[in-house]
Amino acid sequence: MAEIVGAYFTSHVPAIGGAIHRGLQQDPYWKPFFDGFPPVQEWLAKVKPDVAIVFYNDHGLNFFLDKMPTFAVGAAAQYDNADEGWGLPLFKSFEGHLPLSWHIIESLVEDEFDITTCQKMLIDHALSIPFELAYPNADKWPTKLVPIAINTVQHPLPSAKRVLALGQAVNKAIQSWQGDERIVVIGTGGLSHQLDGERAGFINQDYDKFCMDNLSVDPAALTKDSVHEIVRLSGTQGVEILNWIGARGAMGEGVAAEIHRNYHIPISNTAAATMVLEPA
Amino acid sequence: MSSSPAKPEPIPGTHLFDGDAAAKGFALNDMCFSFNDAANRQAFLDDEDGYCAKFNLTPEQRKAVADRSVLGMIAAGGNIYYLAKLAGIFGLNVQDVGSLQTGVPVDKFKAMLLAQGRGETYEAAHAEMMKGEMVNG
Ligand SMILES: [Fe+2]
Repeated sequence: MAEIVGAYFTSHVPAIGGAIHRGLQQDPYWKPFFDGFPPVQEWLAKVKPDVAIVFYNDHGLNFFLDKMPTFAVGAAAQYDNADEGWGLPLFKSFEGHLPLSWHIIESLVEDEFDITTCQKMLIDHALSIPFELAYPNADKWPTKLVPIAINTVQHPLPSAKRVLALGQAVNKAIQSWQGDERIVVIGTGGLSHQLDGERAGFINQDYDKFCMDNLSVDPAALTKDSVHEIVRLSGTQGVEILNWIGARGAMGEGVAAEIHRNYHIPISNTAAATMVLEPA
Repeated sequence: MSSSPAKPEPIPGTHLFDGDAAAKGFALNDMCFSFNDAANRQAFLDDEDGYCAKFNLTPEQRKAVADRSVLGMIAAGGNIYYLAKLAGIFGLNVQDVGSLQTGVPVDKFKAMLLAQGRGETYEAAHAEMMKGEMVNG
């Protein structure tokens, strides 16, 4: 039976890609952030996942506002990055896991999650940067990918409660999967930040701490606030915490153990955070 | 959209990108989405007026783009994820965009972020940033 080895969470600020490209990991501005990753890399080397199920949000690469799915699950043999508008070097492609993608899709729809399925899906920095950070020297990603995109762009967004339930339904799908894969669940984005409006630059350390403290032991605590309140507490883009909540749900309903945490302000306009959890 | 449930208390300085904004901003966001393609970025630089006309920007959107007014673009329905692609054409990063929206020089905007990194609250860091600045009108 497939095993969930744990979950990895990280911010995915586009500028991180630029810093990697320019080799700024030891630069004083970037070092406190990049120093949070050797423990992640060591953990991954130890638990050796071969599949990653990634909860993330698209930033206007794959989805435009003409068609905006609330939840979208990839079912492609390969996922490519493309120019996101800044002409940066492209991130590496991912190999998909078609049978597992379709199994998750079947199971989610059976559980009445009316998701969108994508046989073609470009993946953006929100998916690639966590891998660049986790596997800095890889020629090729060591895991196959099942991407799950959550709309955090155009309101109404799904509630945190619904996102947690989606994650838990993904966990149920994994439980009924007959393969023997080692699966890592990944949630990307956040934590508090706001790029737009007069409140640009807003960060909320208390709320971020609340989220990080509860993620392992009581993820339902993160679902008590409405999306509107989450935006108030964590900023217009801090609402990407939804991706973390979905990934946490996919670990299952039991308590998880916190293996690693790093938190640093600022990276770009963002309170950057990195965490690793294992099933307890 | 009058049948929607009552809207919750607004968040100061924050413009939720909801259905009204998405409908209003479609043309502008559509143009910005096209900037994923390098050839389109060049076409915009070569002939900004012609390129905006091709996407049927509203007069409000066209003016906001001409004025490089980020808050104007947001008021006209622009979404920041798409506007960031336009900002990229001008070589502006998200701190520059933050500076434009708060009306302070980018160094002061960055200092506000660093102050939060030292543990200051947003409110304290923001008050410090606005000291000696004209109120953004
Ligand atoms: Fe993001």
